[in-house]
Amino acid sequence: MDWQGQKLAEQLMQILLLIAAVMAFVVGYATASFRTMMLIYAGGVVLTTLITIPNWPCFNRHPLKWLDPSEAEKYPKPEVVAVSSKKKSSKK
Amino acid sequence: MHTFGYRANALLTFAITALAFICAIASFSDKFSNQNPSAEIQILNINRFKKQSHGNDEVSLTLDISADLQSLFTWNTKQVFVFVAAEYETPKNSLNQVSLWDAIIPAKEDAKFRIQVSNKYRFIDQGQNLRGKEFNLTLHWHVMPKTGKMFADKIVMPGYSLPDAYR
Repeated sequence: MDWQGQKLAEQLMQILLLIAAVMAFVVGYATASFRTMMLIYAGGVVLTTLITIPNWPCFNRHPLKWLDPSEAEKYPKPEVVAVSSKKKSSKK
Repeated sequence: MHTFGYRANALLTFAITALAFICAIASFSDKFSNQNPSAEIQILNINRFKKQSHGNDEVSLTLDISADLQSLFTWNTKQVFVFVAAEYETPKNSLNQVSLWDAIIPAKEDAKFRIQVSNKYRFIDQGQNLRGKEFNLTLHWHVMPKTGKMFADKIVMPGYSLPDAYR
């Protein structure tokens, strides 16, 4: 998923679960059946799982633009100097 | 949110938190139920009243227990545990409570009942104080919810007494 897709997936997950919980409680209270509340909520969780977890194409509408490999070769990576590794160890 | 595992973890955590929340609200909704249980107990017969070989008094009685506990059941009730206890005072103990009978009521339909039964558990005193003793019969109940805190209450019925001499 791309960044926009991840944000969408997270928001969708939270909203769907909240709606499932509220619906479950309201219907369960109205029918005075604890079992109904649990079943509706379980159904809501499964539905949310199917919608938000797999990598659906709608979550990939703003794909990241990776640099083309032929472009990258034109600018070689800088060499790793001994000073930078010392800095890393002191930071740790 | 970049991998399946990350999203699955976030979803599961949120789902369980929301579940805890609706169970807490369900338990809280019990406070709005109107409860008026009623009960009556009669002693039909004193079957045996004697002194045991090691010195303690023992009574065997037949009870007629009728109760209507249907209003205790809400959508969040799993079962109600009910028991009858005899309460009395002796010189040695300021309060004696002896459980005579108990039952588990699994559903609302079974909560209105009338039975005649001899005491399920033996009524034995710590000593020989039961001759002519006045005692209360108390019906206790424990309401066990599907989620939430169990609560208990009772009805005290005074005015019962045992005969003055052994039979």
